[in-house]
Amino acid sequence: MVSTNTDDGFVVFDGVQKSYDGENLVVKDLNLSIAKGEFLTMLGPSGSGKTTCLMMLAGFETATNGAIRLGGKEINNIPPHKRGIGMVFQNYALFPHMTVAENLSFPLEVRKIGKAERETKVRRALDMVQMGDFGGRRPAQLSGGQQQRIALARALVFEAELVLMDEPLGALDKQLREHMQFEIKHIADNLGITVVYVTHDQTEALTMSDRVAVFEDGRIQQLAPPDELYEQPRNSFVAQFIGENNTLMGKVEKIDKELAVVRLDNGDLIDTVPVNVSSVGDRTLVSIRPERVEFNRERLLPDAHTLKAEVLEFIYMGDIYRTRLRVAGKDDFIVKTRNAPDQRRLKPGEVIEIGWRPQDCRALDA
Amino acid sequence: MTDATNSPSTGPMLSADGTPLKKSLQIALRRQKLRALALVAPLLLFVLISFIAPIADMLFRSVENEIVSETIPRTVVALEQWDYADGNAAAPDDDIYAALYVDLSEAEEFKTHTRLGSRLNYETTGMSSLLRKTGRGIGRMDTDEYTKQFEALDSKWEDPAVWVAMMQSPGIADILPETASAWQSWQRIVANKNDVLAEEQPEDFIYTMLYRDLIADPATGLAGYSGAGADMLWAADSAVDGFEAISLREQFLDIDKDWADPQIWGTIKAFSSPYTAGYFLSSVDLQLTPAGIEPQPENQQIYMLLFGRTMFMSMVIMGSCILLGYPIAYLLSNLPLRTSNLLLILVLLPFWTSLLVRTSAWKVLLQQQGVINDILVWLGLVSDGDRLVMINNQFGTIVAMTHILLPFMILPLYSVMKTIPPSYVRAAKSLGATNWTAFWRVYFPQSVPGIGAGSILVFILSIGYYITPELVGGTTGTFISNRIAYHISSSLNWGLAAALGTILLAVVLLLYWVYDRIVGIDNVSLG
Repeated sequence: MVSTNTDDGFVVFDGVQKSYDGENLVVKDLNLSIAKGEFLTMLGPSGSGKTTCLMMLAGFETATNGAIRLGGKEINNIPPHKRGIGMVFQNYALFPHMTVAENLSFPLEVRKIGKAERETKVRRALDMVQMGDFGGRRPAQLSGGQQQRIALARALVFEAELVLMDEPLGALDKQLREHMQFEIKHIADNLGITVVYVTHDQTEALTMSDRVAVFEDGRIQQLAPPDELYEQPRNSFVAQFIGENNTLMGKVEKIDKELAVVRLDNGDLIDTVPVNVSSVGDRTLVSIRPERVEFNRERLLPDAHTLKAEVLEFIYMGDIYRTRLRVAGKDDFIVKTRNAPDQRRLKPGEVIEIGWRPQDCRALDA
Repeated sequence: MTDATNSPSTGPMLSADGTPLKKSLQIALRRQKLRALALVAPLLLFVLISFIAPIADMLFRSVENEIVSETIPRTVVALEQWDYADGNAAAPDDDIYAALYVDLSEAEEFKTHTRLGSRLNYETTGMSSLLRKTGRGIGRMDTDEYTKQFEALDSKWEDPAVWVAMMQSPGIADILPETASAWQSWQRIVANKNDVLAEEQPEDFIYTMLYRDLIADPATGLAGYSGAGADMLWAADSAVDGFEAISLREQFLDIDKDWADPQIWGTIKAFSSPYTAGYFLSSVDLQLTPAGIEPQPENQQIYMLLFGRTMFMSMVIMGSCILLGYPIAYLLSNLPLRTSNLLLILVLLPFWTSLLVRTSAWKVLLQQQGVINDILVWLGLVSDGDRLVMINNQFGTIVAMTHILLPFMILPLYSVMKTIPPSYVRAAKSLGATNWTAFWRVYFPQSVPGIGAGSILVFILSIGYYITPELVGGTTGTFISNRIAYHISSSLNWGLAAALGTILLAVVLLLYWVYDRIVGIDNVSLG
């Protein structure tokens, strides 16, 4: 489990549990501390508890047990409208009967801010998302991307220090989504706000976040910066959930602190980093990223273990080549290579030898 | 695909085989259109017959007034020369009585004078009995004196064949206009009796008209006449000056003195045109009198009151439906589907009960010896002596109709509220709005289309409601529709009923238009 110092964070979940029916826990003992100005993403499949966590933070769900603190103050019993947390919803939730400017001025009006100041703030917020000319439009007259910007501006206009985003880009097409990812990130960085972002899209999580919390089964499986998450997954769920991943099953043959030798089910031996295997004879799932697999013998260490592989399929994807191999009796082993001038194209039927640096291959729980 | 290069800008686009693209598209779609039409046709026909046609008929009936000019055409024409002036005018002269004499002689045969009487009785009381009485007396007038005098002059005047021959002679209509006109009526009377014209001696009114023709201005035309019976006419012409004259005016006054009353004649004249605004004027408590448009007597002004009451009570019913229905619909739309379905069935339950049963149930509950009063007395809130009057008045109608029309408010509201995502209210709260602000500024405006749809439904339904006000309305709780029903089935004044109905229709359309201008009909949503 994650163990972070739960006392000095801006947002702190302290042993939070949530149950809807009194029988099953949707969120099991959540401990999480988010620093001020951090961009934290809650990533996980649907039903993993990430949205429930967000709703508890926003105040739309109550924690069954444990405490949620914001800026050092416990907010469990504070109603949502007094928490001062900005929120961007999946369907944007722009009020259809108000214009864009009225939508933005709504949070200012309910805070009894004067008209002149309201107008200045609305203008500034609209300019920030480059929608300055759209104040008079209705949400229905805007495209999905534009609505997204307005929803963002509305969550920011009352200068909330914490902004929650619930899959805000889910409804956009791929290109727009990628563009908006960077834009949200830049705005968040410029304003120095703390963002808690919920998504089930791992690319989104990796590109935007300072840290990612991977949720599964009501627990955080791993909380780490994106590179660590990708390269050093802590368990097989994280390894398989984040990015593409080759898996091989085997038994630990030899183990010390830095290196574990695993005997695969077909008898071959490979070198791995032990992550959560502890003793000889443990069943393990070995994970290797497709782009870390090497078939050029010269680039491997001289004493590295190698495996025989048969090329089954070669797919040209533009920037990369994607080759499907049969390795150790499994025929879904993928190798990704960069499309470079000197890169070799493998042909189906070819039998090659593949290997990798031991630190790229992680022995995880089976 | 069409080769678009063969005529990109000049001439129509052609399809592959050379026919114009538009035409081949039409052919391709024709089957589809015919199929659609065939599917729609039964309903279209049904609506046309059972809805459009009755409405058109009602609109027509509200102004139609042909009965007067059809029943007494000559009188209507003759009255054009006569002016009614403030009731002081003299009753018309003998010419008009003569026209009426012929008209009523025919009408009496066809019994249409009683219908005319009923029609005119709506405008002036007493017309019905006057015309019935006159119909009975018209055959017993002293005009047989003329017949006798003509027969005495020449016995051939008795011969129907002579009459037939004479009236068929060319030019006779110019020489004896009134006789010829009366002869038309005579022909119809005979035909109606299935008798032969040449075998029936004409009735007295023919001889009377002949006398009038001859005595009026005989010389010019008659001198050049050479048709059948010319010699008889010449002889009669020179003899009529010596005939004993009968005043038709006196004859009518003998039957009923009212015929001397200019008011009677004024009414006939005022309603002589084939179309009249009279029904509409009656509908708004005015009346068309011989002197012009005047308000109805104070004690007969009920329609404006009824229209006003109908509007007011429909508004109250609509308002109470909104007040009662909104929370229910809100609850329904926010409950889990299973529970909300169950509750929805409870909302719909009244639909499965007879309207009469529901209304009668309210009678049981609300009457003075009813359940509610009993409970109030038992609780000591009301003394036994002065139990509350809650039925057979406006209160009873409003309570019963609110109950009956409530589902029509709840259903559109529910279906609109169902489409409002909960994230809107959440968004409002996260932006700092209190529960009330979030509801009032965000949720409520989005439920307005539902309120609009429900209100239109309830209001239009209640404005024309009949059964419930009839059963529990008493005298103070009845609607305009009850009056329409009364005119349709009891007083048989269909014209007035049609005019009232037309006004009701116009009011509904007007309100619909106003609503469209204020709220916008696009904002109405039934889900």
